Amino acid sequence: MENFLAAAVAAAMPLLFATLGELITEKAGNLNLGVEGMMYMGAVIGFKAGFETGSPLLAVLGAFAAGAFGAAIYAFLTVALRANQVVTGLTLTIFGTGFAYFVGKGMSGLPAPQVVRDFFMPVSVPGLSGLPLVGKPLFQQSVLTYFGYVLTVALAAYLKKAKAGLNLKAVGENAAAADASGINVMFYKYAHIIAGGGLCGVGGGFMSLVAIPVWQEGLIAGRGWIAVALVIFASWQPVKALLGAFLFGGLSILGFWLQSVGINISQYLVEMIPYIATILIVVVSTRKNRKEDMAPADIGNAYFREER
Amino acid sequence: MKKIMLFTLALLVGLSLAACGGDEGSQTGSGEPFDGFIKVGFILIGSKTDGGFSQAHANGIDELEAYFAGLVKTMAVENVDDQNRQDIRSAAENMIDAGCRVIIGCSYGYMETMAELADEYPDVDFLHFSGSMMNDTNFDNFFGAMEEPRYLAGIVAGMMTKSNKIGYVAAYPYTEVQIGINAFALGVQSVNPSAEVNVVYINTWYDPEKEKSAAQALLAQGCDVLEQHCDTAGPIIAAQEAGAYAIGYNLDKPDSAPKAYLTAPVWDHGAYYIDVVKKILDGSFSPESYYGNMASGYVDLAPLSDLVPSEVKAKVDEAKAQIISGELAPFSGEILFADGSVLCEEGQTLTRGDIWDINSVIKGVNATE
Repeated sequence: MENFLAAAVAAAMPLLFATLGELITEKAGNLNLGVEGMMYMGAVIGFKAGFETGSPLLAVLGAFAAGAFGAAIYAFLTVALRANQVVTGLTLTIFGTGFAYFVGKGMSGLPAPQVVRDFFMPVSVPGLSGLPLVGKPLFQQSVLTYFGYVLTVALAAYLKKAKAGLNLKAVGENAAAADASGINVMFYKYAHIIAGGGLCGVGGGFMSLVAIPVWQEGLIAGRGWIAVALVIFASWQPVKALLGAFLFGGLSILGFWLQSVGINISQYLVEMIPYIATILIVVVSTRKNRKEDMAPADIGNAYFREER
Repeated sequence: MKKIMLFTLALLVGLSLAACGGDEGSQTGSGEPFDGFIKVGFILIGSKTDGGFSQAHANGIDELEAYFAGLVKTMAVENVDDQNRQDIRSAAENMIDAGCRVIIGCSYGYMETMAELADEYPDVDFLHFSGSMMNDTNFDNFFGAMEEPRYLAGIVAGMMTKSNKIGYVAAYPYTEVQIGINAFALGVQSVNPSAEVNVVYINTWYDPEKEKSAAQALLAQGCDVLEQHCDTAGPIIAAQEAGAYAIGYNLDKPDSAPKAYLTAPVWDHGAYYIDVVKKILDGSFSPESYYGNMASGYVDLAPLSDLVPSEVKAKVDEAKAQIISGELAPFSGEILFADGSVLCEEGQTLTRGDIWDINSVIKGVNATE
């Protein structure tokens, strides 16, 4: 059981980073469907940075920078040029995937340097890792996982308490009203789209540096799309995103663990559960109509100051 | 604003031109007949550097070019979706337009489209990996007896395990995979009758993280040697992290987890490519359903790593020699399915047709199907 939970938490982490990244992007009123592409970009650049320099820190920064670069292209097209967000995001997915395959050519099958691999190996948190049942799964993980926990809490606080976080929500709810109240809409959109892309990149980096520290094509395998669904599942709230990531991550591997003890449930069926849950949550939250569970109202709309 | 738009437009045009420019190298010489050399075109489902299935084919392409040094030129279209007939067709037709006389398709799903093309282009030879269709003039298929090296891998695993539990990360529960599982289990049982083989199906050919997860599930159940029938290094890495051993697949690639890697059943597609192109060049080619084996060098077990003790090496070498000489066949003697029904009777040796009728796992294998 502990082993399963530990594996579930590890499987959840790439989803968590990407979900948090998409979450703050959407809070800025932009739907970026390029998560998969940005994860690929982060995965390949993060790996390459670690591979060339042997520095774990530069590897993570590289992953962030690559995701942020992808998001910057998206932001320029959708914010400055007001291109259709859905189409631009989809394009970014295709671009990012190709980018990763292109950059990764020649590194295929090569492992990350030992110092990088060692750095990201699970480490125990003294005291906490001894807790019954949840101790090992939650607190004997990679340092990047702990960073994910901290980030979740920090973002939750940012959106609830910080002035900038409240301004961000205003931009996502009604860009025109936010602009009228003196918030720099363009700045908020750019900053959060780019930072969000960076987090998606770190999610990709988790795949290529922590989960499987070997460069392999196709490694993201649709996780970016799961993250897009997770944002809805989490009702745009970071803490729920963490719980949702645990759930989605756990279910994504549950079938294998059941098989290994001789229980036969189709993996396809198990993998459907999170999406059914997502649909149910959307239905329920729409019916309840609680403001804090709803999508940012201005999402998907390009903001024209002149048409205010 | 207009300026920004213009600038972006110019940038996009520039980029797309640059992208086209990049392709030019592989597209030149279109329409040129083969004077002095023959052009062979490959359709690959993955990229040449996918680290597994398509890379094994790419290595074969390199071997082919090197062997014929200048006499054979190759082209390849990578990442061709095998569900998309239009993509398959245009990949093949573009290469034919560029002068290819031979088209080799390296995924099962290309089969029907290649059969149509073979009718439409009688002057071009079509060779299809893993398929079951052919004609009398210009369409043939090829595959290999992977059960032979899998049997040898089973010997390695059976002798290396201490817990007598061996894990097998498998793609889908269907014939090709089940043949591999059964051959592997027979190899295990030939040296260690009390060992069991536990299978987890992951329902994909390629997902590093899922493969690793499935491997971790097996390791948590006490398996200490892993084998795989899927295409990434995920299981080997999981084994190394848990201090266990693992056997790869497709390519000999110890780098990703040198402390766990024992060996791998591997393909040598070049052996077939060279053979068939020779025949095409001297005019003796006629379609067949090629089934390469260890004797013909088409499949093999990669060299055993230093983690494997010498008595295991000796046992593997002995069985390998027997398989090559024809003395030993993995599917011979009494073999029962897990449900007790008979796969092979005492004194019987399964034919290729019998083997490809297998649709379940044998006794000693735990799998949920």
